[in-house]
Amino acid sequence: MLNEELRTKITELLPAATFEEGGDWLTVNVEPKDWLLLAQPLRNDRSLFFDYLFCLTCVDWKTHLSMVYHLSSTQYRHTIVIKSKLDSSQPGIEAVSHIWRTAEFHEREVYEMFGVNFLNHPDLRLLILPDGWEGRNPMRKDFEDPVNMIRL
Amino acid sequence: MFEEVGTTTEGDLIINVGPQHPATHGVLHLVITLNGETIKKVEPHLGFIHRSIEKMCESLSYRQFIYVTSRMDYLSAHINNHACAMCVEKGLQLEIPPRAQVVRVLMDELTRIASHELWWGAMAMDLGAFTPFFHAFRERETINDIMEETCGARLTMNYMVPGGVMQDIHPDFQRKVKEFIQLFKRKIHEYDEMVTGNVIFQNRMKKVGYLSAEDAVSYGCSGPTARGSGVRCDIRKYYPYEVYNNVEFEEILETGGDSFARYMVRIREMEQSVCIIEQLIDNIPEGDFQAKTKAVLKLPKGEFYSRVETARGELGVYIVSEGGTTPYRIKFRSPGFSNLSVLDHIARGSKLGDLVAMMGTLDLVIPDIDR
Repeated sequence: MLNEELRTKITELLPAATFEEGGDWLTVNVEPKDWLLLAQPLRNDRSLFFDYLFCLTCVDWKTHLSMVYHLSSTQYRHTIVIKSKLDSSQPGIEAVSHIWRTAEFHEREVYEMFGVNFLNHPDLRLLILPDGWEGRNPMRKDFEDPVNMIRL
Repeated sequence: MFEEVGTTTEGDLIINVGPQHPATHGVLHLVITLNGETIKKVEPHLGFIHRSIEKMCESLSYRQFIYVTSRMDYLSAHINNHACAMCVEKGLQLEIPPRAQVVRVLMDELTRIASHELWWGAMAMDLGAFTPFFHAFRERETINDIMEETCGARLTMNYMVPGGVMQDIHPDFQRKVKEFIQLFKRKIHEYDEMVTGNVIFQNRMKKVGYLSAEDAVSYGCSGPTARGSGVRCDIRKYYPYEVYNNVEFEEILETGGDSFARYMVRIREMEQSVCIIEQLIDNIPEGDFQAKTKAVLKLPKGEFYSRVETARGELGVYIVSEGGTTPYRIKFRSPGFSNLSVLDHIARGSKLGDLVAMMGTLDLVIPDIDR
């Protein structure tokens, strides 16, 4: 599907969504509370069929966090980027690991690195950080660790 | 983590494989719940070689950060560098010279052969065959020598830079690659005779670790792991970069979905890499090997994403730029991380002895998973 068609289709599914163009792919901004409403049809609708979540990550913008989901379809080869703004102090968004299984590990990584709380995640535990880690979330911009210097 | 050793309330045995275990090819820790000899759950614990490369890159310039990425998937160092250089070029809207494009693809394919050879040797060794390891390393050494001549390094090459490649190829490069190709074409058949056709080997690989196409996509698998289940996912074919749309090669697909299918994909992929190299080695265009760039690179404000096919699958580099000389945020979507996540799914219900055959065909490189 072309970007225009995707845009029309997604507006039908979620009128509140806003769009950005200019990058490689169409970018859709959604509110965290709407994400699950959009995620299910994105995966299951026969004409969209975004079955491959190839990147899930988070960006710390200091004022807020931004979740970024890169989705593509192995059938139609179209790609889309979903973004959602989260509150810095109490970040939370619905988990999508029951829709795309790969999200389970990626969400665990974002959880420990950025402190995002994924609601209804089946197994939200530390993955990379050692057990009993009590420091702050390492990928946040305000994280400083003078002992184990990360910045070169 | 050590209190996890013991039995659960249902009487299941919990054992630890790793962090130091020869079959994990690095520092991967698996906590396995066993009922008798049957696997009920495999839980990977990561982070033993986590260096926080993504955070580190936030304080490195666009020229510097590429060097760190050779240390991620150290068996596909060229291809990692390639992905990063491409992402920076995308931001700079830089067209790279034809010569550099061809040299990059040649290096990528040589890397792919070297990586698959190491995998093949190590995988056979995991299953108890020691000889293939030496055979694989014998040929891999030739590639390393070729790399060393041109790049000055054998493992962490750092040869690809934004704008092209760091220096021109060595005068002997073409001759040596051609010699290697001639030798290697005979060796692939030797590999098949030695391992692929072996009955014991086939019995250990077939019907082990079944992964359906749908699950492979859902778990984000890519590369030979997904193609072994019949998923069409070769980035070189569907999102071609550099000169991949000008060369003829086949996307290897197997539909078995078991360990043997994944094994066959990698073996046959080496033949395709040879095919690509043959088409390009005599057709390296003359000209510059690097486009002219400024000493200090500044990416415009925005987001850039590049995708390449490494030996293990899809590597994505996602750069968020604020317009400065260093990336604001960088994310490496590593193929190994997603491929590892499927291990629990394919291992459930099979015997502990088969776990090594499954892990072997996922081709895990731990620094790539941990980053």
